[in-house]
Order: sequence, then structure tokens, then C-alpha cells
Amino acid sequence: MAANASKKPLEPFVWTLFSAGGVVAALLMPVHIFLFGLAFPLGWLPDLSHGRALALIEHPLEKIYLFVLCSLPLFHWAHRFRYTLYDGLQIKHLNEVITVFCYGGAIIGTALATYLLWSIP
Amino acid sequence: MTPHETNRATQYTLYHPRWYRTRVSTYWWLRKWCYLKFVLRELSSVFVAYFVVITLLQIHSLSRGPEAYARFERLMHNPLVIALSAISLLFVLFHTITWFNLAPRAIVVRLGGMRIPDILIAGSNYVAWLMISAAVAWFILR
Repeated sequence: MAANASKKPLEPFVWTLFSAGGVVAALLMPVHIFLFGLAFPLGWLPDLSHGRALALIEHPLEKIYLFVLCSLPLFHWAHRFRYTLYDGLQIKHLNEVITVFCYGGAIIGTALATYLLWSIP
Repeated sequence: MTPHETNRATQYTLYHPRWYRTRVSTYWWLRKWCYLKFVLRELSSVFVAYFVVITLLQIHSLSRGPEAYARFERLMHNPLVIALSAISLLFVLFHTITWFNLAPRAIVVRLGGMRIPDILIAGSNYVAWLMISAAVAWFILR
């Protein structure tokens, strides 16, 4: 175990991100998908106008909310998806490629979220 | 044979010896409901990631102006996208429920030498979930 841990110094860090992302996805994703995926598009609630949505996103609390909603759950996805391919479909020979794709995707998504939210005044 | 001897032995064989290993089918997770449940739970993360991408698209379109935002809203009105949203919601709810039900195994709280019952720990998660969902909905709809 000790030898294994020293070979993978990033594993505990990555696992922490996975579990934090799991909490965020569990707490925030259902209401977010319900509102923006179903309630607004199906007309259960009146659509947010561009002005109203922009005013909302300019609020610092909403920015923090969106940043947390976009960044941590991506690391949660990266971890789970990586191990689903590894254990589920047993794609073991592509392990390195999959690891880079998953965590790289999460890092790029987080950078994109930071940039997009930052560029809005 | 110790592992070291095994290694030395393999140096002198042209072909790697074929040790016996039972083959596990690629579709092992279809055999039992609990395995399938495990894989579905793991796959819920794909839908989480899908909606993060949708959210990033939304923020991008918002910053580009009313026309771009109208295009984004039209995309969300597409029946196929609505169907995907509905499936995502089901998977994410599955994630939420399995995550909260696992919480008592990860969080063991003792108070005065007594372990707090699982149902209280899972229950407090559900209460927090409802309160946070209500707060988010209020903030967006106010």
C-alpha cells in the first residue's frame, strides 16, 4: 500500500476533488437541470429574458455558484468516467490516454468557466 | 516460486508464459442488478458533465448578447435536447440519492460515545438538499 501510494502522489488530491464534485453535483445539479433543462424550455415557468439573465449572472453570488457548479462536478465526472472505462469496459491498454482525456477535460472546462465568468463584468 | 524467481525464469523464455487467468466478460455488469446499478451510478457522471457543458454554452451565449442568448434558448427548446435534459435529471437524481445514502458510511459521527444513527446523517443530507434547492430556485426566480 505504501509503495503504491508513493507511486501515485496525486491520487488523494484527485479523490478529494472527486468527492467534493460529487457533493456539489448531488446538491445543486437536480434543481439546476430541472429549471434550465425542463421548467423554462417547457414553459412551466416564463423564460428568463436576456436582460434578467445577464443581471443575474453579474451578481457575485451567482458567479461563485456557477463556478462551483461547473468546475468541481467536472472532476467528479473525470474520476468516475475514468474508472468506468477501466473496470466496466476493461479498456486497460489506453489507461494513460483516458487519464489525460478525463482530467485534461476537467481542467480545460474549469479554465473555460473561469474565463467566461471573468469576462462578464 | 517467489516472484523474483518467476522474473528470472521469464528472461530465458522466448514467449511469455501464459498463466491461467479466468476471463471476465466485458459485459460482466449486465449479469446482476446490483452490478448494473453500480455502472448506471457511475454513468450518471456523464450526464453531470453534459449539463456542465450546457451551462458553459449558456454563459457564453449570455455574454455575446440577446441574439446569441435567443439561439441558446431555441436549442434548449428542441425536443431532443429536452429529452436529454429529462434523462439527465433522472440520472442526476439517481446520483443524489445513492450519494446521500452512502454518506453515513463515509461520515461516522460519535456523540458522547454513541454513534449517530445512519438515518440521521442521510436525513440531514436530504434536508440540506431541499433547503439549498429552494434557495437556488428562489435566487433565480425572484
